[in-house]
Amino acid sequence: MPRSRALDPIAQRQRRLHALYGWMLLTPALLLLTLFAFLPAAATLWGSFFSRGTPRRPAVFNGLENYADLFADPTFWTVIGNTLLYAAVTIPVSIALALLMALWADGRMPLRGFVRGAYFTPTVLPMVAAANLWLFFYTPGLGVIDAFTGLFGLPPVNWLGQPQTALWAVIVVTVWKEAGFFMIFYLAALQTIPPDLREAARVEGAGRFTYLRRVLLPLLMPTTAFIFINALINSVKLIDQLFILTKGGPNNATKLALYWVWEMAFSYFDRPHAAAMTVLLLLVLGVVAILHFTVFDKRIHYR
Amino acid sequence: MTARAESFVRLDQVTRAFPGGGGVSDLSITIPRGSFTVLLGPSGCGKSTTLRLIAGLETPDQGRIEIDGREVTALAPSARGLSVVFQSYALFPHLSVAENIVFGLKVRRVPKVERTRKLKEALALTGLEGLDDRKPAELSGGQRQRVALARAIVADHPLCLMDEPLSNLDAKLRHGVRQEIRALQRRLGMTVIYVTHDQTEAMGMADHVILMRAGRIEQQGAPVALYEEPATAFAASFIGTPPMTLVPAAAVSILAPAGYVQERLTAGVRSEAVRLLPTGVGPLPATVVASEFLGAETFVYLRLAGGETLTARIPGRAEPVPGAAVSVRWPEEATHWFDCETGRRIAIPHMAEGS
Repeated sequence: MPRSRALDPIAQRQRRLHALYGWMLLTPALLLLTLFAFLPAAATLWGSFFSRGTPRRPAVFNGLENYADLFADPTFWTVIGNTLLYAAVTIPVSIALALLMALWADGRMPLRGFVRGAYFTPTVLPMVAAANLWLFFYTPGLGVIDAFTGLFGLPPVNWLGQPQTALWAVIVVTVWKEAGFFMIFYLAALQTIPPDLREAARVEGAGRFTYLRRVLLPLLMPTTAFIFINALINSVKLIDQLFILTKGGPNNATKLALYWVWEMAFSYFDRPHAAAMTVLLLLVLGVVAILHFTVFDKRIHYR
Repeated sequence: MTARAESFVRLDQVTRAFPGGGGVSDLSITIPRGSFTVLLGPSGCGKSTTLRLIAGLETPDQGRIEIDGREVTALAPSARGLSVVFQSYALFPHLSVAENIVFGLKVRRVPKVERTRKLKEALALTGLEGLDDRKPAELSGGQRQRVALARAIVADHPLCLMDEPLSNLDAKLRHGVRQEIRALQRRLGMTVIYVTHDQTEAMGMADHVILMRAGRIEQQGAPVALYEEPATAFAASFIGTPPMTLVPAAAVSILAPAGYVQERLTAGVRSEAVRLLPTGVGPLPATVVASEFLGAETFVYLRLAGGETLTARIPGRAEPVPGAAVSVRWPEEATHWFDCETGRRIAIPHMAEGS
C-alpha cells in the first residue's frame, strides 16, 4: 500500500472507524441487492454460456452459441422490433400526456380533486385488472369500442386479433395505465414552482406558450428525466397485460422482450436462451443508464 | 416641495374584494410622474393588492386605472409599460444572470445588438459586472436583489413597481440598498411605486407616502407631514421609531382644546418631546420600566400613574434605574389630539400659528 506520509495512530484509528461506519451503513442494502440482484444477474450470465441440460445429457459450456442462436432466430428480430416500437411510442406519448394532464389538473377549476383522482385511478388498478377491463373494451362486436363505432355504422374490428392493430392496442393500454402515474410526479413538481415566476414572466410579456417553453419545461426537466427512466424501465418490465390480452400473438405481433424471456424460460423450459436474452436486455439498459448519468444529467438544471 | 408634476398613475374608485377578506375598496390614488411613492401599511391592508392591480396581475371588480393618461384597466401586464420587482425576486433559477435580465427583451424580440447593449448598461448600473454567467443559486441575497432590479430597469419602462423588495435582506444590507434604489430611481427618472410595511423604509425613501389600513387610504402626503401631523391615531401609532405615545386625555393634565370634552379625546406625544424630571417637578408622575441605550440617544419606557405606557427619547446617555419614580412633562404645543372614537385628528389653532 503506497503511503506518502505516515499517519499518526489516532488519525489512523479514526479513519478505520470511519470506514467501518460506512460499511455498516451500506450493509443492509448491499446484502439485499447481492441476494436479489447481483447474484441472480451473475448466475444468469453464467447460465447463458451453457447448453440446455436434460436428465440424460448434462449442460455443457458452449460459449456464445446461445447468443448466436438468438441472432439467427427471426422471432428475436420481431421481438426487438416490437419492443423498440412499443418503447418509442409509449415513452413519449405517456410523458406528453402526463404533462398535459398535470398542467390542466394544476390549474384552478371546479372538481379539481375529482379530476386528479380520476387521472390517477388507472395507476391504482392492478395491471391485470386493467387489462381485463380493456379486454372488454376491445372485444369484437360486443366491446365498448365496437358498440361506439357501431353507432356510426362502422364494422366491428378485432383490435387484438389482427397483427396490424394488436401491438397498438396494447400500447394504448400501457399509455392509459402509465400517464396518470407520471402525472402525479409532474403535478408535484409543478407545485414546487413558485407562482411568482409565472407573474414575472407575464409582466415581461411572455405568453402561455413562451412561459411553458422557456420556464416551465426547463424547470420540470429533472422530473422529466426521472419519468423518462421509469417509462423506459416499464417499457421493458411491464408485460402483465400481455398475459391477459394477447399472449404475445397474433403471430408474435405483440411479443415483447421480457414476455419472450418468460415464454422461453417457463413455457419451453429453455433456460439458457432465456438467460442469453436477459443478458442482452441488461446490457442495453446498462448502456442507457450510463448515457443518462454521464451525458443527459449534465444538461439538466437541478435546484 | 409639493410635486407639481402631472399625474402618471391614477386609480379611480377601484374596488377589489377577495372571498377570504382583504383587498381594497373605493380606492382613488394619484401618483405624479417621476415620484417615489410608497404604499405603507400593516399586513393585510391592501397595499400589495393595490400594486398588483396597477401591475395588471389582478383585475379590479370596479373602478378604472390609468397609466400615463391611458386607461389600462383591462390590459395585460405586459401591455402597461411597467416592470415589477417581486418580494421573492422571482428570478428564473435555470437561467443565468444575463439571461434573467434580458428575458423580457428576448420575449419582445429586441435585436441581439441592442439586447447586449442594454444588458451591459443594466449590469453596470446595478454593479453586477462579471456575474453575467452565474445562476441565481450561486448569488448572495443582495446580488439576487440586484438582478431583480436590473431586470426591472433593462427595458426602460417609465414605471417600476416594487413589492417589499428589501424584506429578504438582512438589516445591515437593507439600509445601503435603500439609498441605492433611491439613487437609481432619480438617475433614470423612473416613477416608482414601492410597497412596504416598514415605516422607516417609507420615511427614508419616499417623496410621497400613502398609508393604508383595511383597504382604504388612512393618510397620504410627504413623510414629514405624516410624522408631524398624523391625520389619525392609527397614523400616529404606525409612524415613527418609537411610534407616537397615545394616552387617554383624562390621564394627562394638559387641558383639552376649547370646545372638546377631555374624556372623549386621546392625547398623543412624540417621544422626543417628553422631558424626564425628578419626582414632583413635572405635572405627571411616572415610573421607569426599562431603558434602551442606542448610542446617540436612550429610549426610556415609562408607566404613568394610570397604567398607561409612555416612551421618552433622551439625547445621549440617561441613567434611569428601572423602578425609579420620576415625573414627565412635555410642551403643550407638542400634544396631538385625536377623537377617541373616530381616531380623527383635532386641529388646534395654536399649532398652525406655532409652526
